[in-house]
Amino acid sequence: MQQARTQDVAASGRARRRRWLTRDRATALLMITPSVIAIAVFVYGFIGWTGYISLTKWIGIKADYTFVGLQNYGTIFNALRFQTDIRNTIVFTAFFLIGCLGLGLALALMIDSRVRGEAIFRSIYIFPMAISFIVTGVVWAWIFTPGKFPQDPTGLNLLFSKIGLGFLQSAWITDNRVLPGYILSGIKARIGVPMAMIPVIVAAVWQMSGFTMAMYLAGLRGIPEELREAARVDGASEWQVFQRITLPLLQPITLSAVIILGHISLKIFDLVLTMTGGGPGNATDVPGIFVYDITFNANKIAQGAAAAVVMLLLVAVLIVPYLIYNARTEVER
Amino acid sequence: MSATTLRRQAGRRPRVLLYTAMIVLAAFYLLPVFLLLITSLKSFDQVSLSRMWDLPTSLSLQSFDSAWNGGKGVIGLKGSFLNSIKLVVPATIISCMLGSLNGYVLSKWRFPGANALFTAILFGMFIPYQSVLIPLVQVLTRIGLYGSISGLVLVHVVYGIPITTLIFRNYYAGVPTELVEAGQIDGSDFFGIYRHILLPLSIPGFVVVAIWQFTSIWNEFLFGLIITNQPEIRPVTVALQNLSGSQYTQWNVQMAGALLVALPTLIVYIFLGRYFLRGLMAGSLKG
Repeated sequence: MQQARTQDVAASGRARRRRWLTRDRATALLMITPSVIAIAVFVYGFIGWTGYISLTKWIGIKADYTFVGLQNYGTIFNALRFQTDIRNTIVFTAFFLIGCLGLGLALALMIDSRVRGEAIFRSIYIFPMAISFIVTGVVWAWIFTPGKFPQDPTGLNLLFSKIGLGFLQSAWITDNRVLPGYILSGIKARIGVPMAMIPVIVAAVWQMSGFTMAMYLAGLRGIPEELREAARVDGASEWQVFQRITLPLLQPITLSAVIILGHISLKIFDLVLTMTGGGPGNATDVPGIFVYDITFNANKIAQGAAAAVVMLLLVAVLIVPYLIYNARTEVER
Repeated sequence: MSATTLRRQAGRRPRVLLYTAMIVLAAFYLLPVFLLLITSLKSFDQVSLSRMWDLPTSLSLQSFDSAWNGGKGVIGLKGSFLNSIKLVVPATIISCMLGSLNGYVLSKWRFPGANALFTAILFGMFIPYQSVLIPLVQVLTRIGLYGSISGLVLVHVVYGIPITTLIFRNYYAGVPTELVEAGQIDGSDFFGIYRHILLPLSIPGFVVVAIWQFTSIWNEFLFGLIITNQPEIRPVTVALQNLSGSQYTQWNVQMAGALLVALPTLIVYIFLGRYFLRGLMAGSLKG
């Protein structure tokens, strides 16, 4: 009896499955399989393999998979250069975010206030997004090449001296100061803002602020005008309307922007490489350059892998909650 | 004086300020383009760093000639430009087809766990590629694709799967499921529905994805740097970086080179900017 019922259930289960797994559904699954395998191998498999390499002794051309535990992580976190990289990532991310969000929001508000030539302004602000970081780097590096200022300036310094702003001249990408440059016991890297990073941040903001503007603009256009109009009728000033209505409604956009821009800045590589090469000294070095240099120039493969895993973890902390949140809200929709 | 004219007068001063701010900011965004243009159009005898902001007194294409064909100690960009085309065209076409199929399956043939799978695929577009480089080089070497353009095509197609799938999935989500059901009732199978119902509606989706992939693969640097070991197969961004890193290259040649590298994607942006922007917004997930 018991057995018969189990068989019944199994049979009906099989029947249901047969009905569900039609020829078309099988084809659908078959069609997506190559992509799933490719991602499984090239993303997850490779990340796993990099993680494994980071636990080995591999130095030099020939692979050496002797297990050494977390030793490589200890080595890089103790190294002045990697500590500098972490500091630079924090500095870069902070200023890059502030710059992009501030400028992006300002641009979006200006474009949204019924200006003439809106389309032209918008196109001008966004076009850097279409350009390679390498091109951006080449041009901005020349703009920020200081020359022998103040007597013989070049680039921006020259422009400054021409328009009577000579006092703003600076050593830009050749400036090796770290300000304020605090020294903390136990930390080899000096705490502060590496001055040579500022030109790189300017170039990065130049490239990405238009994108931020586009995001905010989409958000602003989604706010019903009646909402703001109602507040104005109630006697709210423009500033109050902005502060109490517009800004809170833009919060989800800000969150998205922080995550997208944040993960770009954690991965920044080509722009820094082209503008400063990580210099002067290692003043503007970032983890992206570190991994490349240590792995492919110095052949310290396992250490490079460890630094790459650190990069991945930083990005994952930002991205994974966001992806899960996105998937959840989509189901609700 | 009526209340509206009063308000209009009060509003005039901020209006002037607004336009001033917008024009100053536009100048900031256009400054590098201005410098690129005036520098690369100068002849060699006009080029000096102390006069870098001066307009050219006569127009010359010498810099472009040097950047394109090469010269004393300078490898021109001509060859790598061609490499980039050989890379971008097949990679973009394959990416579009894969993305479209994946998007079709994930929006119209949903299966248990489809959402989780989709999220897992999406993660692939955010990872720092530094974290896959060592295995990538090992595997490409093993299968004989390391140091070849085909290898680069493969890499760009694979790491393009998340974004192309995302854009097409969101695009097809807008196509009513009733259309698919009607197709099923008419006896169309998986491919029949795709070909006769989805594909004819997909042109804008294909344009968005093609532009997106074209732009990002053309502009990509890290894979190009790692996977191409000889200068002959370098993509154009790597060649430009080399050109600018070389002490033998005059800076006007670097600028002309930068302009040449930027040109294809800029042209696409100028003519199809609307579609470029859509791809851009899709990348922030809120399709």
